[in-house]
Amino acid sequence: MTKPRPIDPTLVPPLVETPQRRFNLRRIKRRPNMKTALIALVVILAAGLLLPFAAPQNPYDLSTFSVMDNRLPPGERSLDGLTVWLGTDSQGRDMVSAILYGMRVSLLVGLAATSLALSIGVTVGLLAAMFGGRIDALLMRLVDFILGFPSILVALVLLAVIGRGVDKVIIAIVVVQWATYARIMRAAAMVERRKEYVEAAENLGYPSWRIMFRHLLPNSIGSVLVVATIYVAHAITLEATLSFLGVGVPVTQPSLGLLVASGFEFLMSGEYWISLFPGLALLVLIFSLNLVGDRLREALDSRRS
Amino acid sequence: MRTNFLHVLSFLTLPILLPVGASAATLTVGLASEPTSTDPHYHSFTPNNGLARSLYGALVTTDANQKTVPDLATAWSVEGDNVWTFNLRKGVKFSNGVPFTAKDVIFTFCRVRNNPQAISDYFGNPVTNFVKVETPDDHTVRITTKVPEPLLPERMAEMAILSAGIVKHGEIAFDLANGCGVTGEWPTLARFNSGEDAIGTGPFKLTKYTKGAGVELARNENYWGEKPAWEKVTLLPIPNAGPRLAGLLAGNYDLVENPAARDVKQLEGDPRFGVTIRPSNRVIFLQMDVSKDQSPSVVTQNGTNPFKDERVRRAISMAIDRDTIVKRIMDGAAAPASQFVPETMFGAQPNPEPLIYDPEGAKKLLAEAGYPNGFKVTFAATNDRYINDSQVAQAIAQYLSRVGIQADVDAMTASIFFTRRSKSEFVLSMGGWGSTTGGASSFLQQFVATLDKDRGVGRSNYGGWSDPAFDAVILKAIATVDETKRAELLREAGKLALQKLPDIPIHFESTIWAFRKGIQFEGRMDQYTLPALAKAVK
Amino acid sequence: MAVLLAVSLVVFLAVFAVGDPVELLINPEATQHEREMMVRALGLDRPVWMQYLTFLGNAMQGDLGISFVHGEPALQIIIERMPATFELVFFALLIASLVGIPLGLYVGLNSDASLSRAIMTGSILGYSIPNFWKGMMLILLLSVWLHWLPTSGRGETVDILGIPVSFLTWDGVRHLVMPVLNLAIPNTALMIRLTASGAAEARTQDYVKFARAKGVRPQRIVRRHILRNILIPVITVLGIEFGALIAFSTITETVFAWPGMGKLLITSIYRLDRPVVVSYVMLITFLFVLINLIVDLIYAALDPRVKLMDRAP
Repeated sequence: MTKPRPIDPTLVPPLVETPQRRFNLRRIKRRPNMKTALIALVVILAAGLLLPFAAPQNPYDLSTFSVMDNRLPPGERSLDGLTVWLGTDSQGRDMVSAILYGMRVSLLVGLAATSLALSIGVTVGLLAAMFGGRIDALLMRLVDFILGFPSILVALVLLAVIGRGVDKVIIAIVVVQWATYARIMRAAAMVERRKEYVEAAENLGYPSWRIMFRHLLPNSIGSVLVVATIYVAHAITLEATLSFLGVGVPVTQPSLGLLVASGFEFLMSGEYWISLFPGLALLVLIFSLNLVGDRLREALDSRRS
Repeated sequence: MRTNFLHVLSFLTLPILLPVGASAATLTVGLASEPTSTDPHYHSFTPNNGLARSLYGALVTTDANQKTVPDLATAWSVEGDNVWTFNLRKGVKFSNGVPFTAKDVIFTFCRVRNNPQAISDYFGNPVTNFVKVETPDDHTVRITTKVPEPLLPERMAEMAILSAGIVKHGEIAFDLANGCGVTGEWPTLARFNSGEDAIGTGPFKLTKYTKGAGVELARNENYWGEKPAWEKVTLLPIPNAGPRLAGLLAGNYDLVENPAARDVKQLEGDPRFGVTIRPSNRVIFLQMDVSKDQSPSVVTQNGTNPFKDERVRRAISMAIDRDTIVKRIMDGAAAPASQFVPETMFGAQPNPEPLIYDPEGAKKLLAEAGYPNGFKVTFAATNDRYINDSQVAQAIAQYLSRVGIQADVDAMTASIFFTRRSKSEFVLSMGGWGSTTGGASSFLQQFVATLDKDRGVGRSNYGGWSDPAFDAVILKAIATVDETKRAELLREAGKLALQKLPDIPIHFESTIWAFRKGIQFEGRMDQYTLPALAKAVK
Repeated sequence: MAVLLAVSLVVFLAVFAVGDPVELLINPEATQHEREMMVRALGLDRPVWMQYLTFLGNAMQGDLGISFVHGEPALQIIIERMPATFELVFFALLIASLVGIPLGLYVGLNSDASLSRAIMTGSILGYSIPNFWKGMMLILLLSVWLHWLPTSGRGETVDILGIPVSFLTWDGVRHLVMPVLNLAIPNTALMIRLTASGAAEARTQDYVKFARAKGVRPQRIVRRHILRNILIPVITVLGIEFGALIAFSTITETVFAWPGMGKLLITSIYRLDRPVVVSYVMLITFLFVLINLIVDLIYAALDPRVKLMDRAP
């Protein structure tokens, strides 16, 4: 018996478009909030990947800031004469710098975890679809088993065992996410598998790997890639949540989630900036990713119908 | 159907209309963590021990400064090194009105040895050292020990006395092999938690204990001492500091323990509230591995373990600005430490040489030791055990980075930290230690003495420090019954430890209590929040 | 059964691998002898496979072990915390349905209206906000700045049939608002999307077109045909979400210090209270199987076309 899982709202199909509206990238780009989301994403990517070099401080180098400057409200000046526009955290880090660097950690974790999980999931899904039978049953049983656990619990316990670190968080996210890709890939590849051209290729004696990667993969990857867009957002959220629970990235390399978490206790004292600003950055990032993913799905679905 | 439903509804909504509010003789206390049981011999855990002091008495008790003072025994003395006599207080009654006698003491000694549910043998262990316990009369107890136990009165202060009346029994005698004359079932955890067996001689008695929702106490009208001002006391667990203080400000609680230090500033000068800040017995310190030649957690140019060098340890101590950490991270609710126990404690250094902040001097020492460019080390700390632990660790790392030592803070949850520390996996770690018994001896014999399982010393010496000169002094000290001599030996041992610095003290945590107007609360070094100590004032 | 077995084994080993509960429980001044006594008392002196077999043997008789920390049966401790979580989840789903279904219906029936676009975008925002940050911002706004609501805890409870509930006291309701809201927001988004896509699909179905052609009033079409048709997926998801939320309200409970099962799970993981963690996960797995069954039954009752035997792949 397959166990129910928490339903993923992102995987509920968006509105079915009326058939006469065909997939049209230009039209999608015209959507106002789509445009905003795309612009926001580009800006965030640029900020996260490039701007750290222009940040006022390197928040990972402990000698560049001082605990004497800790918990300064936004707009104050630190001892070095730096104006901290978004305040400082409990260690005296400038929040602007911390957010820029934190964004980079969040993006890195999201992208790395997703691409790894995607590769594993796609391979497993292809194998299951290609060979079917026992192999399929075994792999899907494993997928069901993994998906039966709450992802946050698996990641939490796993990280408790293997310790903290950016690499370890990525591993934990891959462990909980690959199964989703495997399932979607298998479903999509199954459809292709039954098509005539695949049969023809098999009859011609092409090796299995060639059929898998040359025929099944390109024709069924679309839906998986769209889901992957949304799952980047998931991975980033998961990383933030794990860091909030104290098992994510190390305190010396705060991600956005860890910055939010470390401000929790100060929130009650009205020192809001430590949690508020990194959280906003996180929100904009996740929201833009989800928005783009949603529109891509919409486009894909309307092309199918 | 309909009338039925309405009837039920009105019945259900009734409690909303009942007046809620505290009358003058009740005290509502906001606790940071809740007692896990009302059985005083279940788990030696600060909230449990604190609750036990409200419900039960002991032969001896400790005052706010951890000095032993009379409780159920009015006086005690030792003949030679092994025979202790306790003279019991007369006219004491348990909360159910039954008189207290020497039989109850014997019963308690037997119960702690017949307590399979206990989380550890902590309470039962002292009794294993008893050869015989005699009761010449109803109000005298004479204990003969196998080996000298200078700390016996302090151990007795931790052992809550139960009433023999809670079990079926014949003639009670200290005869562990034959069940001491108890014929019925030994008391269980459940029977304490239900209140059935929670009968003591403390200032309060138990009315209700609900896990997660708090403890209700009523004044023990049979209490022998000065009766507390409160007829009713409610102890509520509110784990988050912010809400706990908010509850006090809103008038829901009368007294709260451990509000966040940065938040109590707003109470200062507010006539509606009062604050007590007391240094506790808990020291936060750095522990270093001084025995391994190499470790993957420390990277130096020449591949050696720098912590073996006394100059490096001294440099680390000099690199840390304790005053700033206390001010900026602890918000003033801590005291910089220059030794391992507070000065007021038994056997402490009266005037220790201050551990000063001198980054230039630290750099010089590091260069002398052969590390002019510093080194790289993983610095392990907890993130949910001590006050602001992960932040203190990061601030220390910040100071170390200024003298060239790159310390990567690895902050983890306490369960993982303690497991890994016990396997000596850390080369540099930040720990905490509250010296509850034995004054200065407790830290020194646990952390500094060479590991000797038979003698029970050096169990927390995870860094593998070994100094024969120190060992000789501390082993002599803990076997000395004479208090003056023992204090002197402990001071000598403490001085030796501070000279070589196998561990580096950082600060002593302070405990904070905040309370509403009309209450005076004197804090305690042992961090217990005892409702009986809350005095009603105008 | 096989699932329960596998789950218990995995969790058992995982908690075993994390660390040693003795280090956390024992008084640091304890002697070696005391330490050994404790290890024996908790049954930790035996090899892990033996510990697991003992656990299995006891589990067969309904005994899932004694909590290392509390000294009471793990299952009992979890069940004591259940009402708090149930209450939270119940109200969260109630709000999600009451707000989400009408909004979703509107969107589904007017998919081109600009308001629909706004609602759909809003629903994406609804599940994009990280749960813990949303909770913190609620606290910041409603407690710290506006002083309207208490920051955490459960407040005053009243017993109904021996079960403590908060929604019947004013104090309890005040404590309930923020955690419920925090759980309800992503679920409202889910309800909106689910109802909207269901309604939009139903609108194009032949029987709706037919009814419209027959001149049935639009309101009646919505009520009789569309709503009824989308109720099946909605109820399925509500059932599953009920289980999921009970299991995973962990984050919300942590932020608001709500004394429910999720908070217990986190505390128990940190304290390495293995019997509680293992019992918790097994209980949740069991609950899932149960909910799955109930959902199937409702499904069958609502839609005569569904036969219980051949479910979708």
